[in-house]
Amino acid sequence: MYFDAIAEIVSERTGCDISTIKPESTFTELGIDSLDTVELLMSLEDKIGIEIELDQKVETIDDLDRFIQSKKG
Amino acid sequence: MEIRGKTAVVTGGSRGIGRAIALRLASEGANIAIISSGSSDAAEKTALECQGSFGVKAGAYTLDVSDFSASKETVAKIKSELGSATILVNNAGITRDGLAAMTSESDFDAVIGTNLKGAFNMVRHMLGIFIRERQGCIVNISSVSGIIGNAGQCSYSASKAGLIGLTKSLAKELAPRGIRCNAVAPGFIKTDMTSGLDLERIEKAVPLGRLGSPEEVADAAVFLIKADYITGEVVRVDGGIAI
Repeated sequence: MYFDAIAEIVSERTGCDISTIKPESTFTELGIDSLDTVELLMSLEDKIGIEIELDQKVETIDDLDRFIQSKKG
Repeated sequence: MEIRGKTAVVTGGSRGIGRAIALRLASEGANIAIISSGSSDAAEKTALECQGSFGVKAGAYTLDVSDFSASKETVAKIKSELGSATILVNNAGITRDGLAAMTSESDFDAVIGTNLKGAFNMVRHMLGIFIRERQGCIVNISSVSGIIGNAGQCSYSASKAGLIGLTKSLAKELAPRGIRCNAVAPGFIKTDMTSGLDLERIEKAVPLGRLGSPEEVADAAVFLIKADYITGEVVRVDGGIAI
């Protein structure tokens, strides 16, 4: 589960209250565009220490969480 | 973009236009990664010349840019040896000229693979660095063949026209991050690639009456790297042949 790590980075980036971020929140709702998502992934790479090659579209926080879990195996 | 102190990657940088661009960037104070596909001798020689003449760091790397995963490895190697590169010149190019009716599938694939997919591969693996560094500049070396077409060059002109599309899309996509992407479209330039052609006939066809030099193409590439308000542009360096 990387929800907490993702939520923290999203909160830092957007300035929104971390308690308002839910697994089902979409990046669009949170004011994060697709290029922001790429930057967000890089911050996550630094934070959790794994390389993430995003090769599919992720729409929600949960999508991203699952994607990272699948890559980490 | 200020060139001094940056690291630049030049594909196809061992000879011809790529070599001229590598030397020019080195002369302006950039560290240089020279990528070449074949024997590393020429690339090593160019790297040594960059170091010796201009006191910058330079390295030679052997890579077939059409290989996606190998490109990734080379980009990582360059980063560890020369630092984060924020200038990319996609110059690697090959020709397999012939009438469309006589062009083999493998020749067509090879040209698209090196000239077009190779540029994408390098961009794909360097974008992470650009985004992290919050700066980056890409120059794709296209060709007038990609603008006006050329009988007997269907694969080459398709790949070079593709590079222009790649350039414009990347320019739009990356502009919000301050990353620029432009192209240079050379005409007939004095290099190994044009050495087998009928030069007298070409000189008659070029309005300025002569072939260009690799250094004249390098001038345009360096201009575009420095021009902070220009993105998505294609600059012809062709003596007027595509007017």
